[in-house]
Order: sequence, then structure tokens, then C-alpha cells
Amino acid sequence: MFRKFSREDVHSRSNVKSSVQRTLKTKLVSQFPDLEPVIDELIPKKSQVELFKCEDKIQLYCVDGEVLFFQKFNELIPTLKFVHRFPQAFPTVQVDRGAIKFVLSGANIMCPGLTSPGAHLPEAPGFENDSLVVITAENKESALAIGRLLMSTEDIKSINKGHGVELYHHLGDCLWHFNVD
Amino acid sequence: MSLKSVVYCDVCTYPLDYCEFSGKLKRCKVWVQEKHPSLYSKYYDDAAVEETTSKLAASSIGDEREEKLEKDLKRLQSKQENREQRELAKKLSSKVIIRREARTKRKSMVAISGLEVFEIDMKKLAKTFASKFATGCSVSKNAEKKEEIVIQGDLADEVEAYIHKLLEEKGMKDVKVEKIDTKKKKKPTTNADGTPAEE
Repeated sequence: MFRKFSREDVHSRSNVKSSVQRTLKTKLVSQFPDLEPVIDELIPKKSQVELFKCEDKIQLYCVDGEVLFFQKFNELIPTLKFVHRFPQAFPTVQVDRGAIKFVLSGANIMCPGLTSPGAHLPEAPGFENDSLVVITAENKESALAIGRLLMSTEDIKSINKGHGVELYHHLGDCLWHFNVD
Repeated sequence: MSLKSVVYCDVCTYPLDYCEFSGKLKRCKVWVQEKHPSLYSKYYDDAAVEETTSKLAASSIGDEREEKLEKDLKRLQSKQENREQRELAKKLSSKVIIRREARTKRKSMVAISGLEVFEIDMKKLAKTFASKFATGCSVSKNAEKKEEIVIQGDLADEVEAYIHKLLEEKGMKDVKVEKIDTKKKKKPTTNADGTPAEE
């Protein structure tokens, strides 16, 4: 999604009303219930959320000069900076070491990279098809990418072929390097 | 429940775990050692490295693939280094040109070109000049279709000093800054006051 993205793609920049900010926060909590105890720390009540409307109907939300989450359609997608601060709240899958290189250059994740001994998938029932996942790697602490499941985790285990996760945002892509000012 | 703060590497901007995949590992290591010695020992200390490699051999992707990965990473790194060297050489060989042009009577303007190599935001710099010198300043295309900053008024000396400072901040002390005067009446550098000493 952010393979090519720069300042020129930002069409408008505006401050968000505090009431909208409240609904955003409740929406985030409803998407990721584990965020609830820390949401006020992540997005303080007094802070000013900024909205960047960009090319392709992408909307970036930004707090204190850092992009914290973005939106393509209805769903809010956290950025890696946000995930790194509170990783436990998000559904997570782990890839093996061999896959890191490809993920960092923006490739979709193939099933074998998620099922090999170094990787880790949640136990059954796992995650549904189409849900957002944070991707971590073998022997690494922090997340390296965010994507959407193209099949449910159980399917990944049983089929074990083809694309498993569609990548949205990874370390070193244009959104990662995007500087607000 | 509290928030975590992840340390990001200044060199490659990744979290420290992923420095090895950025292709700039050598410089990352130096940076980490300098800024976060405790973290350095965690990631790069011999014992820790040995431990992870043994773990890798036990769990992960097989020796063969691991070797291949290592090779790929090395190649990436050398590629990256070459590119950086090229860029640095380009930066050092290029020079900034400050040109003063005469307008009517005693009026003149200053055009600065050759800045684009140094990743300087021209528009922003133009704005700073405008407010710093309280004058008109803009970015425009010159005869060679390159961008240059045009400042109203005879400010060549002040601009030169400012650019020297800017380049020094970027660690590019040896870059040449050349002053050209297209007006013949006045001498270019009278070295009165406020002129910076040439290196």
C-alpha cells in the first residue's frame, strides 16, 4: 500500500474535532479490545489528532507529529510505531528467519513461511480470514510488518501453499519513513 | 500494563533487532555501541550471538538456507556500502555556487545553486532566508533546468556563512562553496566584517 508514497500524495491536512477524536478512540478499542487500559496513554485526551487525506482515499491519523494509525476503507490500521509501543494488544503471527528479508522488501507472506519450525501461528481456532495481523519474526522482539490474512490461520496450516498474508505496511516502507513536517 | 518504548537505530531507522537486515549493519553497530552500550552487548556480544546461532541451528530453517540468507545479506550490505560511497563521492565532488547578479543601479540579487545534492529542502531554506534576511526569496528554475534559490538584495556574504554552517552540521565540511560575481564594479570579497574565513 505504501510502496510509493510521499508528501505529494498528501492532499489535505487538518485538525480533528475532539468529538471525532473520541469516536476514533472508541473505534480503536472496539477493534482491539486489549487496548482499552492504555488508550488514554497512547492518545491523551488533551492531544490534538491530525488527519491527512491522501491519494487513493488513504487517511493518516497523526498524534504529536507521529502517524499512529491509518484508514483505507472502514477499518483502522495501526502503524508499526503504534504497535511497538503496545504489542500485546494485537493479533500476532510469526514468520521464520528466512522470510524476514522478503517481508522487509514488501512481499506478501507465503504460507510455508508461517508454518515452518521457526514460525508460529496461534492455536485453533486461530484468526478469521480477513483479519488484521501484526507480523513478528523468529528471535526478534518487535514487529516488522502489518498485514491482512488472505485465509484463516487454520487454512494456512492445512493448505500450506500460496499467499497467506497481504502486506500493508512494513519496516522501511514509505510510510515508515514518512515525516510529518 | 505499561507502554513499551522501542529503541530505533539512528542509522537505519529500524528497531535494533532488524539492523542486520538493513544492509548498514556496520555503521549500526558503531552507533549502538556508542549510544546504548547495554543494548549492544545484548545484540552483538559474542556470547549472545553464539547462543542465538545455536538456537537457530536447532530450530529454524536448516543450515543450507541459513547460509544462503547470510550470503544474501552480505551482498546486500556490500551493495549498500558501494552506493553510499558513490553518493558521498558525488557530494564531495559537487560544489555550491553562490552567484550575485546585478539588477538596476545599486540593486542586486543572489542565486544559490548546487544544493539539491545535499538533500536540503529548497523551499524550506528559501523560507528561512526570507525571514532571516527580511527579504524576498524564492525557488526557481535556472537556465540548466536546475532548481536554485533566488534572494533579493546583496546578501552573498551572509548566505555563504549560513551555508557553510549548514554543511558543517551535515558533516560535509570539505564541500566547496564558490562565489561568483557577475557585476564588475565592486570587488567580490572585501573581507570587511562578518565575512567567514575561507578554509
